[in-house]
Amino acid sequence: MLKAFFQKKLPTFELEIEFSLNNGILALVGPSGAGKTTILQCVAGLQAPSSGEININDKIVFSSEQGVNIPIRKRRIGYVFQDYALFPHMTVEKNVMYGKPQKGSIPNKVLTVSNVLEMLKIEHLRNRYPNQISGGEKQRVALARALMTEPELLLLDEPLSALDQDTRSTLQQELLKLQVQWQIPFILVTHDLQEAEMLGDQIIKLDHGKQEELRKFDKAQ
Amino acid sequence: MDYAPLLISLRAAIIATIVTFFLGIAAACFVSGYRGKFKGLIDGVLTLPLVLPPTVIGFLLLILFGKNGPLGKLLMSIGKTVIFSWPATVIAASVVAFPLMYRTVRSAFEQIDQNIINAARTLGVSEWKIFWRITIPLAWPGVAAGTVLAFARALGDFGATLMIGGNIPGKTLTIPAAIFFAAESGEMRKALIWVMLIFIVSLIVMTLMNYWTDYQRKMIAAAGRK
Repeated sequence: MLKAFFQKKLPTFELEIEFSLNNGILALVGPSGAGKTTILQCVAGLQAPSSGEININDKIVFSSEQGVNIPIRKRRIGYVFQDYALFPHMTVEKNVMYGKPQKGSIPNKVLTVSNVLEMLKIEHLRNRYPNQISGGEKQRVALARALMTEPELLLLDEPLSALDQDTRSTLQQELLKLQVQWQIPFILVTHDLQEAEMLGDQIIKLDHGKQEELRKFDKAQ
Repeated sequence: MDYAPLLISLRAAIIATIVTFFLGIAAACFVSGYRGKFKGLIDGVLTLPLVLPPTVIGFLLLILFGKNGPLGKLLMSIGKTVIFSWPATVIAASVVAFPLMYRTVRSAFEQIDQNIINAARTLGVSEWKIFWRITIPLAWPGVAAGTVLAFARALGDFGATLMIGGNIPGKTLTIPAAIFFAAESGEMRKALIWVMLIFIVSLIVMTLMNYWTDYQRKMIAAAGRK
């Protein structure tokens, strides 16, 4: 369960957002510069909002009132960057292994690299380096790496924008399946309204920091 | 021919390179992460030894480590003195070599895609692990280049070393100083031998470092082809 309401002062406008999400995919849609990535970065802890509160599974990760700002590494949020941000000097396997929780730290789930690589159909790439795989494969590796940390929330920053139409359609379907399988909220940023309509259970349209709710449906409701 | 200057120069350059390796990386790490208004000033101070004449650096070190200097007094209180002793050659070499390491590493750090570092942060690992497993390997060509440049500069220092270490044969007389004094006294053959020696040592170190960096790149590429 994710609840967030916050403001963030940006050079040209003030971003104001309020949403809650139990399960399913929230699509943030809007033109470039609308503040979509800033929202993800604030939720992840890469930027601090000017004021407000962010609550993940009843745990406050940011509150301007209470002076709480939990560091990124303790928020248990998976983040897939637009340019994938894979570690270029590590193989696919090492990339995916990098954030694996220490043994015993999360007793409920036991994930192995093979599970995750198999699930995302990239097992055959485990010894390759990021510069030796395609854009679609990089995207799967980035997803595998984020999921390996067993996050409570997954943030996807325009994950499909750099891919060709075929790969894009395949990955869209896989994202939907993955969300059903994983049962955690996903926030997906996209500038493509069609993509947002296809993937989003909830859709928020942003323009210059103001939000407009286009669709509100929560799988858990 | 007395080969002491070669050993003194190598000792000073090697120790200075080790010192500047760690200090340079630490300073580069601090300054590239610092967002305060004193960034320009801090960077200026750390880069100053690169632009100041070596004799000015030597003079400042002399004031700092001299009998009445703050560090000199401190060392005197524990019965140590640095001026005109072999540690002086190390200090002078470290100070002149430091900015080359610092600036090269800093520029390598700043070229790393910030999203890669942020990605590592979202994976729940500590800043320390990110630094050693992500930042340093990605900045490695810069770190290697900085180390070679720092070594070459430390080996070649003349002015600062002469000011604070003097030219005591067998103790503080380095190759660059030996070349100067040999040429000054007309011993051109001796000076030429030292010139050739420093030329060979510098060339060997630079070449080895280049091959090593190339080798590492090839190893990564080869591992990827398996």
